[in-house]
Amino acid sequence: NRHFIHTHRENRSCRQEHVSHYRLFPKSLGQVISRFSVRELHLSFTHGFWRRSRWGQPFLQASPGVELWVWFQSSVSDVDTTWKELTNALSGLFCASLNFIDSTNTVTPTASFKPLGVINETDHKFLRYAALPREIVCTENLTPWKKLLPCGSKAGLAVLLKAERLFHTNYHSQSVHVRPICRNELCISTSWELTQSLSVVFDLYASGSGKREWSLFKMFSRTLTEVCPLASQSTVYLDVTDSDKVNDTLELTPPAPSVLNTTVHGKWRSYAVYNLLNPHLYSTSSHSLNIALKWKLSKQFAIPEVPVFKAERYVSGFGLQTGKINTLVYNNHPYRAFPVLLMEIVPWYLRLYIHTLTITTKGKENKPSYIHYQPARDRECPHLLEMLIQLPAKSVTKIGIEFERALLKWTEYPPDPNHGFYVGSSVLSALVPSRINMETNTTKLAPLFTRLFTSIDASVYFVRLYTEALLVNLPTPDFSMPYNVICLTCTVVAVGYGSFYNLLTRTFQIVEPSGGVAKKIANMIRRLRGVPPI
Amino acid sequence: MGPQYISSERSRGKYSAGCITVIVVLVGLPLWWKTTETYRASLPYSQISELDILLLDISVPVEVVFTRGTLTAEQQKRLLPQTQFSQKLNQLDGKTGFKYRYEKTYRAATGIEQDAIMGENVEVTVVTLSRVYESLIGSVVIYVVPADSQLFPQEVTVYIGKHRAAFLRSPVTRSHTVAEVLQDIDDYVEDILQTMSFTDDMVVAALSSRFPSGTFGTDTFTDSMTAFKSSLGYEITFSLLNPDPKSHNTCWDIEQAVNNYVQPFLDKMSVFANFSVDSQILYYAVLGVTPRYNKTSSSFTLNEESLPHVINPVEAKLGSNVASSYPVLNFLLYVPEYSHSPLYIRDSDGSPVESNTFHSSRWGGIMIYNVDHQQLNETLLPVSVNIDMARVMEVFLTQLRLLLGIQKVQPPSQSLVQSPGNMIATDWELDRLLWVRTVENIATATNTLTSLAQLLDEIGNIVINDNIASEVYSALASVQQSLQELEAGRLLSAFQASKKSITSSERAFFDPSLLHLLYFPDDQKFAIYIPLFLPMCVPIMLSLLKTAKDFKWRKKVD
Repeated sequence: NRHFIHTHRENRSCRQEHVSHYRLFPKSLGQVISRFSVRELHLSFTHGFWRRSRWGQPFLQASPGVELWVWFQSSVSDVDTTWKELTNALSGLFCASLNFIDSTNTVTPTASFKPLGVINETDHKFLRYAALPREIVCTENLTPWKKLLPCGSKAGLAVLLKAERLFHTNYHSQSVHVRPICRNELCISTSWELTQSLSVVFDLYASGSGKREWSLFKMFSRTLTEVCPLASQSTVYLDVTDSDKVNDTLELTPPAPSVLNTTVHGKWRSYAVYNLLNPHLYSTSSHSLNIALKWKLSKQFAIPEVPVFKAERYVSGFGLQTGKINTLVYNNHPYRAFPVLLMEIVPWYLRLYIHTLTITTKGKENKPSYIHYQPARDRECPHLLEMLIQLPAKSVTKIGIEFERALLKWTEYPPDPNHGFYVGSSVLSALVPSRINMETNTTKLAPLFTRLFTSIDASVYFVRLYTEALLVNLPTPDFSMPYNVICLTCTVVAVGYGSFYNLLTRTFQIVEPSGGVAKKIANMIRRLRGVPPI
Repeated sequence: MGPQYISSERSRGKYSAGCITVIVVLVGLPLWWKTTETYRASLPYSQISELDILLLDISVPVEVVFTRGTLTAEQQKRLLPQTQFSQKLNQLDGKTGFKYRYEKTYRAATGIEQDAIMGENVEVTVVTLSRVYESLIGSVVIYVVPADSQLFPQEVTVYIGKHRAAFLRSPVTRSHTVAEVLQDIDDYVEDILQTMSFTDDMVVAALSSRFPSGTFGTDTFTDSMTAFKSSLGYEITFSLLNPDPKSHNTCWDIEQAVNNYVQPFLDKMSVFANFSVDSQILYYAVLGVTPRYNKTSSSFTLNEESLPHVINPVEAKLGSNVASSYPVLNFLLYVPEYSHSPLYIRDSDGSPVESNTFHSSRWGGIMIYNVDHQQLNETLLPVSVNIDMARVMEVFLTQLRLLLGIQKVQPPSQSLVQSPGNMIATDWELDRLLWVRTVENIATATNTLTSLAQLLDEIGNIVINDNIASEVYSALASVQQSLQELEAGRLLSAFQASKKSITSSERAFFDPSLLHLLYFPDDQKFAIYIPLFLPMCVPIMLSLLKTAKDFKWRKKVD
């Protein structure tokens, strides 16, 4: 059983030239953005991996660990230095190890990450992307994230977000997106928009002693009491698409005041909508709202249908010298082909052999229409491979590339090197054709969580998909070796030196033979017996 | 084989042992030394140790202008123009002291000055004179006006204008000789200068970082403890705390208020440091103390003793600035919750503090802004609250002045000090601040440099890079330049040089590269050296000992 809560907050704020006055927009983040001339900032912290085949399409997927991509304003002259300073500042702001972002894991994608806000410049030299798949997300990252909300965790939906429940889940992803948007229809001036989103997947079947019922209290051990007085919109959406008629198979308490039918990711979806601004929703006795769901029929759960577009990745090969990264991209659309943009970032210590790159679909070679490859330089920058590949309908495309493992210097190994080295997920962006006709005029009604990526064309929708992060073993030395080597060398030198020294300085002289050891012993015995020696 | 062969063999052994010793000492040791040494750029240790003894020499340019009617023709002929020095030395301890010198120039008023002084309105005169006569930062002009002048009220002897000019009602007796005239004036002039430039206590307080704490009584430093330490820049943050957004919909026009009230002041202070201003609104931010209900006045009370506990929980919400390292001046406007209003701060006697504000040293100020619910007469919550920014900013500006170190002055008796008006601070108040800050910067920079030199001297493992060395050199040069400028009485350039010296010395002191090899432990060093050095040195030592013994024995035999 899966259920997720999606909290989206939008804060709009105007920014003046010299003096910055913040109302809803958090000052700490605003200062960082203006100080480093950031145009767009996307930062996500994720724990766990979104299981697309079991949980369906996510609203906003993120790569495991930390992912940060930033568009700088064109006034920035030295992007690399600014990026370094920005990551250090964000690292302090979010209590995360973002300071580990350096040139060895930063890339400048040419095609994959386009700005999401108002565009006036798309020169990709102002873009930086980095991912830290090893980073572990925990409470200390959640607290600063909650602090960015105007009401903090004191009111509104954020009351539910208690760390002790949120981190006992199968998937946890929190993100911060800042982008410029038009302040009005004419778009003369822009404002910043801050979107904070949190996705959690609860496994209630395991934790709820095999029962499939759930309620807010069961999941979060809290109920909703009041809405944040500053919010213009505060809504809970409940996906009830699977049941044909809401009250047939399941029962909601309190019953949903309204149902919204809309298209999300190319599919019809119906949502039970609870508008938290409505005071009648709260129970009169306890002044709280606890949404609960009960199943009427003990019907077997339908396995979610296979997503149109999905991808997998794994490492093959044996031994510690060479290996192969394989990526499988599925297009399950019955009749339409579509192109996908694949971005692969591989650290320098896996040396890719670009000539071994093979892309095969249905047993035939598939030639990408666009390739951008930036080879790695040792200890300086990673490999970046971007390709535009056409995926035919109902097909699996296999992309394979071989690599060789490099030997690291002994100080370059992280603590616990035998755990392995992470290779960040590859990013696949595609405009996936939908199976139904979408009406564009419903976008205004669409829930908040679909607003970051708006679709331009009615027949397609945008999907950004992340594959699994890989864990690769590198040859690991014995770390006491340097000291052993020093000791051994010193001993060898000392022994050599000692004999040489002896040879040079000893005085050699002939000594009269005084008999062997046997004679000495014999003499001793004779002396004891009182017999004169020989 | 005879004994001759044996002895020659012996001496050969001795020679080769000697040769090996020589080679080890001449080649091996330097090689080892060279390959394991840490890079240490040369530093001007001797010059830094000279700074350990600091004798400041400050000179203040003063002009005393005699207007028409104050001196007789005879006196004027003998007296004007002329320059005199009066000097005072104050040795604080063996290492620190200062002396200051007033360079008094006596002259007669020019025609334009004379015209301005003849006026009736002193404020107009002050403005006219400041336009006519562009005075140097740090200098003071004293106009001696006739005893019956109508410029300012008759009972006032000294009038201090908001720029760098002061007026003195002439105490000169017409029959006096030149020396007596100067004596008449000098006492007043000193008094005015103590107000308009600096006093001994201020300089002592500025130099306090050079002494161990507790050397002087704390009373001297209460003012300087309130103020922030000298820094290159300050961040001013205005925060509106609304702990109860359900009942109060607060709204403040901070942008307008900053432009109207704060910005003119900051523009004036721009010589002194960089300032940045921002504001934020924080919701659900509560004070750390639950106010007590006072039945008699039907209001809530915060006691003076509980004020220190108020700040900490609020501070967690203020958010530190990650984008710069300047100190932050926090000004909080607190609108109490509906259930806790009205809220008043009461002092230890129990009477309410009139302004309902308090400030915390080197941190900022808090003002409590009560919403008058009776007057608003609205029953439906939330009540929209429009904050009276003029009232708020008046309080915050007073606190800002205090926190930046513009101290209240003790004017001489029978004197009147012109209020700075909308400039918030007068020119001479700024000069006072600059004098103090320059001295403070010099004290801090010399302190930093001497402790850096001491540290580097004590710990031989520290790598000294070239850039650290260059920072140290430039800091030293700036300190010396600043001292020279002070001696010459050029306050502005002295201040700028002292600022530069602080930056360079701090940058050198806090350079991360100093820490790189600091913690290389000795036991690991020995663990690496012993397997090599012990087997190499023991035979050499033994053969040296043997040779020495041999030598001694032979001497005895001979």
